Order: sequence, then C-alpha cells, then structure tokens
Amino acid sequence: MKKDEVPQETARTYGGVKKLLYAVDEAGEYTGVNSAGWEPETFATVQAVDELNRLRDEAFADAKAGRVSPLVFWMYARRMEPATLTATTGLWAWRVKRHFKPAIFARLPDRILARYAEVMDITVAQLRGLPAAPDAQ
Amino acid sequence: MTEFTHRQSAHCESGVVANMVSDGGLGLSEPMAFGLSSALTFAYMPIIKMAGMPLIAYRMPPGHIIKGVAKQLGMSWKRQTFSDPDAGMAALDAQLEKGHAVGLQTCIYWLPYMPEDMRFHFNAHNLVVYGRDGDDYLVSDPIFEGVVRCDSASLRKARFAKGAMAAKGMMYYPEGTPKEIDFAKAVPKAVRMNRRIMVGAPLPVIGVKGIRFLGKNIGKVAARPDANTYLPQYLGHIVRMQEEIGTGGAGFRFLYASFLQEAGKKLSNDRLLQASAALTDAGDSWRKFALVATKMARGRQTLDVKELDNILNGIADKELAMWQGLKGI
Repeated sequence: MKKDEVPQETARTYGGVKKLLYAVDEAGEYTGVNSAGWEPETFATVQAVDELNRLRDEAFADAKAGRVSPLVFWMYARRMEPATLTATTGLWAWRVKRHFKPAIFARLPDRILARYAEVMDITVAQLRGLPAAPDAQ
Repeated sequence: MTEFTHRQSAHCESGVVANMVSDGGLGLSEPMAFGLSSALTFAYMPIIKMAGMPLIAYRMPPGHIIKGVAKQLGMSWKRQTFSDPDAGMAALDAQLEKGHAVGLQTCIYWLPYMPEDMRFHFNAHNLVVYGRDGDDYLVSDPIFEGVVRCDSASLRKARFAKGAMAAKGMMYYPEGTPKEIDFAKAVPKAVRMNRRIMVGAPLPVIGVKGIRFLGKNIGKVAARPDANTYLPQYLGHIVRMQEEIGTGGAGFRFLYASFLQEAGKKLSNDRLLQASAALTDAGDSWRKFALVATKMARGRQTLDVKELDNILNGIADKELAMWQGLKGI
C-alpha cells in the first residue's frame, strides 16, 4: 500500500481515534501512517456490533414476554454469548443454559446470581430485572 | 512519575515490547519486534470459535512476541500472575513506586478509554502503565496516538477478567536490556523460523496452505442452506480478523514487510529487500480481497465465491514465492 492510498474514510467505530498502518512512500520506504478509517473494515466491525445488538433487543423482548430469563438479555447487553458467559463464570455450560429458563432463574439463590452479576459488573437486583429500554443501562 | 516514551503502534503486543525495550535503552522499532519474534502466520482454526465463528489468525498466539524478542535479544522478562486481585494491584503499585514502567495483559472490554464499538471480550490486550495520579493509572496503550488514563476499578476488572486466555493479572517488565543487537545473527534466524511456519507446517490449515483452505471453505459455506444470512456474516468476520485494529493493514503483512525492509537495509541484503517488496504486493492483494468480500457481503457486487477463491489462491502463490526466495538465508 502506498502512503497516499492509506484510507481516510472516517470510521464511527474508532470514536475519533486514528490508528497506525504501515505503508510505503514515493521512494518505496516503509513508514507509519495514521488512518481515520476504511470502509470495508468499518462495515465488518459495525456488522458484528449490530448482530450483538440485535440479539440483545430480541432477548429484551423475549424476557419481557417471559420466554427467557433476564440473564439472556444481560449476557448480550454485555457483549457476551453463552460460551463467554460459561468461561467467565466458571459454571458448566448446561447449567448456564438452564438458567436461561425464567422459572429456573427465578429460583436461583443469590450466591449463583452474584457470580453472574460480578462478571457483568451489575448488581444482583439489576440482574433480576430489565432496564427501561434495551440500550438504557 | 516514571518517564516513559509513548510511540503509537499498529499492534498492541509488538508495540508494548518495542516501547519497553526502547525505554530500557535499546532502540527497537515495532516492525523489528514483530519480525525478530517470527510472529507472522496464517491459521484457519474451525475448532476454536470466536463469537460462534472460526478463529482466523494472521499472527502467532498472544505471548509469542514477548517470549520471542527475549530469546532473540538474550534478555529476560520478569513475569508474574496473581490469584488474588488485591495482591496484583499492590504489586503493580510497588513497581510504579520503584520507578518501573510495567507491561500488563488486560481484557479490552473493561478499558474505559476504548471506543464503544471496539469493546469486545478479548483477554490478551497489552498495554504499559507508567505512573499513577490519585485513582487514575497513567497508561501508554500502544494502539492509541497519545497516552490515556484508566481508573483503578476498571484496570482491576480488565486485569482479572476470567475466561479464555484469562490474564490472571499478568504483569511484566524487562530484567535488564542488552546494549546492542547482533542483527547479522538474529535476522536470518528469525526469518528462517518464520519461513518454517508459513511453508513448512504439516497441517493444511496453517501457513500458505491455510490461505488456500480458506478459499475452498468459502465455497463450502456458500453451499449451506442458511448461506443467505450466514455467508455475509462469515465474510465480514474474515475481514474483521484481517483488518480490525491491531494488524497494521492486510493482516500484519505490511508490518512484516516493513521489518524485512529495515533488516535488509541494516544488513545490505537484497534478498530481504526483494522479499519486502513481494510481501507488500501480497498485502495489497489482501486489501483487495477485503474490499471485494465486503462488497459481496453488502450486496453491492454479485456474490461470486469463485472470484474470492481465486484472489486467495493468488495471495497464496505470491506468499509462497516470497518465502521460497528466502530459502537458506
């Protein structure tokens, strides 16, 4: 990549930050060049963030309707999926999956809820319920 | 407060290593840290999942650069992990009071200065803490243009987040830095080792063969019944792994080409300089792949898996020729 080809397509995903790329100047010498963003990369990041937001919103509606427990909503709200939640809490995958059921979740002792709350950085009281809107936490 | 010279880098681990070694008195560029540790690779790992997608790596696993540079330079790091977060934070404070800048492994999700869209649960992000001001730690995060700050509660969370590749509070700093590098010895050794990774791996998913494997696999994914929704996600995932923050462009190819050029000039070695130009060319093809793949994923270009396969095979050919040119260096 040539220095003057380094894309400057301002990416919302960078939050105003510029990252460093390596490119060659007119003489063929490598040098570090700042980039404000590149469309294909921005698309890929936004696509991943949007997918997690979609799962979060879906879980919010499902939890409100009593189809899943609030744990599913909080998991996606914290950009986790079942595998990450299992790994961070150290609970068995089948237990985490069971806790996605509203009836089983409602009976969980604080001891177990605290393990989830800790890795999500919320209180047990928050974990038991839902915020006003999926993106208002 | 400790004096620490912050230099922005493309990749966190090579940046932290280059900055800490330079801080110790031995000037080391980021590309040199990356190249001397033979960190370039390609690996397609369908068994290891990242957010439900196969792991595609363009560099060696976390920790490789820290260890590799130490080996090549004949230095060692003091590395510590902690089971108790309180002890981990106290040990950090103790080092800062002694005037040492300290490297830390952290989970990117909990760093408050990270842009919202960059916050994912990735446990192997490296940064340097060089001081403390009240409740704030002074941070040289190499992927940022300038230094940043992080409150103690967030830093503690980031250091002790559990899960895959958990940092366990990992903290490191050099135990003395050598006065000079014997480039004539270190460079050929590092290049030979990297060549083995790229062309000599016995598995079809690693190195140049892995690049061809990815091309074939895109065709398989396109044949799935849920390809309509899954294929765009899959292509986006590949591009993300290749270009998202930390690769320096084209999945570390430009970073390594920069190393080959710097090394070629230092040693007046034309083969290294030619390899640098050849890898730059392969890197340009990777960029083209990202451009075409995202156009297809967004429906702005007719989806043609054969074309993607062709681009990837072309890249594999270029990289293979480039490594063959370095045979026996």
